[in-house]
Amino acid sequence: MIELYESQRAMRNMRKAAMQRGVVAILDVGSSKIACLVLRFDGTDPSEEGIGSLAGQSGFRVIGAATTRSRGVRFGEIHSMSETERAIRTAVQAAQKMAGIRVDHVIACFSGAGPRSYGLAGNVEVQGVTVDEQDVARVLSACDVPDYGHGREVLHAQPVNFALDHRSGLIDPRGQIGNELSCDMHMLTVDAQSIQNLAHCVKRCDLELAGLASSAYASGIAALVEDEQELGAACIDMGGGATGVSIFIKKHMIFADSVRMGGDHVTQDISMGLQVPTATAERIKTFYGGVHATGMDDREMIETGGETGDWEHDRRTVSRAELIGIMRPRVEEILEEVKARLDAAGFEHLPSQKIVLTGAASQIPGLDGLASKMLGQQVRLGRPLRVHGLPQAATGPGFASAVGLCLFAAHPQDEWWDFEVPVDRYPARSLKRAVQWFRENW
Amino acid sequence: MRPMTDGPQMARIDPKGTRLKYRMERLMLTPLFRFSLRVVLPFTLAAGSVGLWFSSDSNREAFGAMVNDVRATIESRPEFQVNLMAVDGASDVVAAAVREELSITFPISSFDLNLEELQDTIASLDPVKQAEVRIRQGGVLHVDITERRPSVLWRGQDGLQLLDAKGILVGPAAARAQYAQLPVIAGEGAEDAVAEALRLYAVTGPIRSRLRGFERMSARRWDVVLDRDQRIMLPDTGAVQALERIIAMDQAVDMLSRDLTVVDLRLPRRPTIRMSQNATQEMWRIKAIEAGGVQKQ
Repeated sequence: MIELYESQRAMRNMRKAAMQRGVVAILDVGSSKIACLVLRFDGTDPSEEGIGSLAGQSGFRVIGAATTRSRGVRFGEIHSMSETERAIRTAVQAAQKMAGIRVDHVIACFSGAGPRSYGLAGNVEVQGVTVDEQDVARVLSACDVPDYGHGREVLHAQPVNFALDHRSGLIDPRGQIGNELSCDMHMLTVDAQSIQNLAHCVKRCDLELAGLASSAYASGIAALVEDEQELGAACIDMGGGATGVSIFIKKHMIFADSVRMGGDHVTQDISMGLQVPTATAERIKTFYGGVHATGMDDREMIETGGETGDWEHDRRTVSRAELIGIMRPRVEEILEEVKARLDAAGFEHLPSQKIVLTGAASQIPGLDGLASKMLGQQVRLGRPLRVHGLPQAATGPGFASAVGLCLFAAHPQDEWWDFEVPVDRYPARSLKRAVQWFRENW
Repeated sequence: MRPMTDGPQMARIDPKGTRLKYRMERLMLTPLFRFSLRVVLPFTLAAGSVGLWFSSDSNREAFGAMVNDVRATIESRPEFQVNLMAVDGASDVVAAAVREELSITFPISSFDLNLEELQDTIASLDPVKQAEVRIRQGGVLHVDITERRPSVLWRGQDGLQLLDAKGILVGPAAARAQYAQLPVIAGEGAEDAVAEALRLYAVTGPIRSRLRGFERMSARRWDVVLDRDQRIMLPDTGAVQALERIIAMDQAVDMLSRDLTVVDLRLPRRPTIRMSQNATQEMWRIKAIEAGGVQKQ
């Protein structure tokens, strides 16, 4: 258990070092673009006195931002190391140049790698009269870890809920009086290899990895407003190669998954259906795409263009209705897949069933109507929160996970490895254990 | 229908650039490296090249010669030339002594004149009480001298010399007659008690015509020497009062004009006189006549 989290603890220490230096880079490794934001922390930690000004975001400022076309990433996983490394290098270089400062620490997120959610529960007797940090540590370590399989790595392990005797729903049980402390924990595992690949790429760019997050989680932080996070909502981050699904309740993520389909598949369908190059298909999708065909769309002709020299071929036109006819089945397929994931997670049992669509592919006109037909009535399109200094170009829904990662960097949620190791798991020579023994026996 | 315009909001750069370029750019963004490149490197280069140039002897000499040249041309400009010396407030003798002491060959650059040193040199001359040296406009070295005023004549081992009121040597005196109005002092340690001698001299008004001088005895007390080898011995404290008493006695009984050699007031409560040999004999004779005794011839 202890050695499992050593790398996570090391990343936490790296993050602390980065916060002390005041500059950290955010890297969103997506399938269609790699975004890099450079954050400067001004040293004020609003967590000490409540929530602070600007919803706790006054502590940092975005001083550099750059995106680059992603190469070598497919389905949110690194497919070709050298190309990804070069893309990361380009993004970091441009963001550094804009910030005018060198960045050494990077917090990264990715959407793929087959995330799997587990709910863990632990139960322990409180040792003293009141619950103290040791009790919290013991109850966390008492959680029974499922056999998540070989070659998987824990990405998030967040205590979601504490219960003391018959009272449940406690956020912070410390200092309360009770006998039996139990906790629920959400654990997210991903493919270990893709983490290693990403870590290797980052290391080859002379950067230090100061944190890792699931992109579904990060975009949920950024795109869901506070009461949605509190009452229960699902965030669907429709990216290029993968669509992330995360469910939040009581300001904690309780489920995350990813569908290995996204906007790139829509582009591919257009490219195949209209016999146009991918770049043209991408252009046609972004300018004329949609999911609801009307009578007007039959008359709206789109020139596909082309440089082949064949006049007939280069002068082809398609109607927008045809384009919608190509796009809609694929979008429906993605949403169906998302629906299946949400059903598997038991989303319908949540008190509030708000669904927020974000990610670059959520900009397809009419998607909210289609999604409300397929997923439920409470669907809205989400954009990321506004953070200090973010360029206008980076405020679109495609940057939800990058912005969420900024918030994650500024205020990380407590994870399993942030708590103390319980005393009885320390090495035998530990002084603390001796102190504990004295306290119990004298 | 929206036009198909180019250029999304944020430029999507295609991944490019080599690892070397990336590393170079990161290096250039390192604050310490930039500081060393901007400040340390030029400074080192400049200092190094200057040092290299100076490391050769001929360069050093040439540089020294050039500095001297420039210095000389500036110093020899007419604005800085001093052509003559003016001595104010001094008698001719002292002025000549000052000129001789300084022995400056004109014209000279004002950079070569050390005014403080000149001033000290002039002030170290005996007759000079205070000296002020400055360079006046027009290239004149102006020396303002305050001379010492001789107050007493001091007859010491080197003959007759002049002292001022504080007992500081002013200069040699050629003859007593030249300074008839000054009192003469002599004796061991006389020059250290000039002030007292002057106070004594101030009260000698009625007997001044007979005064020959003051003699310091045992560096402790004064004797007033009058003509006809008369001597008034004064105590070491309250000498002025004692002298005033003697003068009062003189005016009352005409004492000093009598035939006595010493008036001894060393014990002020018991004035004593010593008569001359003749006077003693004469007194004895008169006493004998008064006693009616036989006159012994």
